[in-house]
Amino acid sequence: MRNLSISARWVRVWQRNFSVYRHTWKISFLPPLLEPLFYLAAFGIGLSSLVKGFSYRGQEIAYLPFIAPALLAITIMYNAFFETSYASFVRMYYQKTFDAMLATPLTLEEVITGEIAWAATKAVIAALLMQSVISLCGLVHYPEGLLLLPLAALGGLAFAAIGMVFTSLVPNIETFNLPIFLFITPMFLFSGTFFPLQNLPTWAQWLAQVFPLTHLTMLVRACALGRLDLTLMWSLFYLVAFFLVAYPLAIRGMRKRLIK
Amino acid sequence: MQPLPDWGNGVAPNVITAKNLRKSFGTFTAVDGISFAVQKAECFGLLGPNGAGKTSTIRMLYGYSPSSGGELHLFDQRITDDWRTVKNRIGVCQQEDNLDPDLSVRDNLLTYARYFNLAAADARATTGRLLKFFALDNRAATNIRELSGGMKRRLVLARSLINNPDLLILDEPTTGLDPQSRHQVWERLEELKTGGLTILLTTHYMEEAARLCDRLVIMNQGRILVEGRPHELIRQYVGREVIEIAPTDAALITCLQSRGLHFETFGQRLVIHNQADTGLFAALTEIFDGRRCTLRPATLEDVFLHLTGRELRE
Ligand SMILES: Nc1ncnc2c1ncn2[C@@H]1O[C@H](COP(=O)(O)OP(=O)(O)O)[C@@H](O)[C@H]1O
Ligand SMILES: [Mg+2]
Repeated sequence: MRNLSISARWVRVWQRNFSVYRHTWKISFLPPLLEPLFYLAAFGIGLSSLVKGFSYRGQEIAYLPFIAPALLAITIMYNAFFETSYASFVRMYYQKTFDAMLATPLTLEEVITGEIAWAATKAVIAALLMQSVISLCGLVHYPEGLLLLPLAALGGLAFAAIGMVFTSLVPNIETFNLPIFLFITPMFLFSGTFFPLQNLPTWAQWLAQVFPLTHLTMLVRACALGRLDLTLMWSLFYLVAFFLVAYPLAIRGMRKRLIK
Repeated sequence: MQPLPDWGNGVAPNVITAKNLRKSFGTFTAVDGISFAVQKAECFGLLGPNGAGKTSTIRMLYGYSPSSGGELHLFDQRITDDWRTVKNRIGVCQQEDNLDPDLSVRDNLLTYARYFNLAAADARATTGRLLKFFALDNRAATNIRELSGGMKRRLVLARSLINNPDLLILDEPTTGLDPQSRHQVWERLEELKTGGLTILLTTHYMEEAARLCDRLVIMNQGRILVEGRPHELIRQYVGREVIEIAPTDAALITCLQSRGLHFETFGQRLVIHNQADTGLFAALTEIFDGRRCTLRPATLEDVFLHLTGRELRE
């Protein structure tokens, strides 16, 4: 009945979320502006003196330029994932917003696509704000730094899609603790974010390759440092593939959950 | 036996035609082969106790859930063919309150209008008109959370009309409202009906059905029990008047049985339908305490309870 029923109408769902965001932008703008300052203060002033410069991908690097891009990657992950998990769940389950939408010519595919696109947009906005702060601190190399924008969009899409997969599965909102504890937190810590992957045992290094955040961090860091090379293509490919798998899974899961 | 549906008089085109429509959830059958037709400019009621299958039926009608069998035509086309055009012509007021709590009253309508791809200028004009029609124009900037139950319902109704639909589907539009709000909603619906809008509504308020519906079906456990016009159903199943006696006792029951009268008892209450003998009420008040006996016009509620029983359903 509704195979492949997706048209540009998904923008209407995106617009709905955007108009809500516009009313609360003053609050939404604060975390991405302040968070990097907190982190940079804590790590830059507190931790940097303990951490000597080390070698990253064959070049010497200080600690601050090492973690600043990782914070950007983490912000992209959090903004996208939390939007399609908690926020979408609230809209779907408590506010019945999706039910109301499905009584209009909108299709389920369009609703879910609009939600995912919105979450990615939120990630891009947060990344832009944060990037401007760390750029002012001289931690982003340009013009390579301009690539961070499309990268935030891609990372945002990947994490938004996987967030929506979990939303289609969890029986209640508390259950999100599980993917956060088992998936998001390990990624936050072990994706080459706060220390280089080569400090991990070999098996863990391989395992980390499964994490999308590993690849996003690698890409963001390369752009911020202005050290692009061809091996990054693999990470780019991985993120694209991750999205291309998670997106149809999210739609399938939501169809199963909502259409009875 | 399933009564034959009234397929219309062949003049007015059908807005909805359902033939043997079915809906199962796993092994459970919620809608068990129902057939009915709704004509243009008609208000058609789906009545039934909780769990009768009303919501399941209308969810199939507006394309929310796929049917498990049977045929469904809207505006003389199968909904599977060109569902997006079909859905463009339907306004839906769902049973649960699902206004957008993140948006103001006006933005609820404007946002909904966008889901129908309405042009911004049209959306604004229609929004202004609907807010006025439902007496919400001085609340346009209010947050949904600050509205009373009656205002919320009126806003849901306004929202379901944003696309200027040819068919309005209402799932229990007045459940949970106080009498004032309910009457206000009824008045609006009557105005819409007068304007020629086709309405399908589910309810378990018999007063609502009797007042608004041109024709209705009474459903129970996924099946249609009867179909007809409200006053015809009352005449046919209950008669003109009803005698109610409460509390009952053994002497009363013996007396009625000895007279060969048909009656129904419901706990402490006894109801005599279809009484042709106009002297009966006077006779009963002679024999028994007059304050126990009431003579009143028969209502749709009597038909409903007669057909679906009085046990509580959960
Ligand atoms: N998604 C579902 N899964 C399983 N059973 C359902 C579902 N939706 C409704 N039902 C069952 O179908 C029956 C009819 O429900 P419904 O159509 O909501 O009744 P009504 O609207 O007349 O109160 C009920 O017994 C209900 O429990
Ligand atoms: Mg219902």
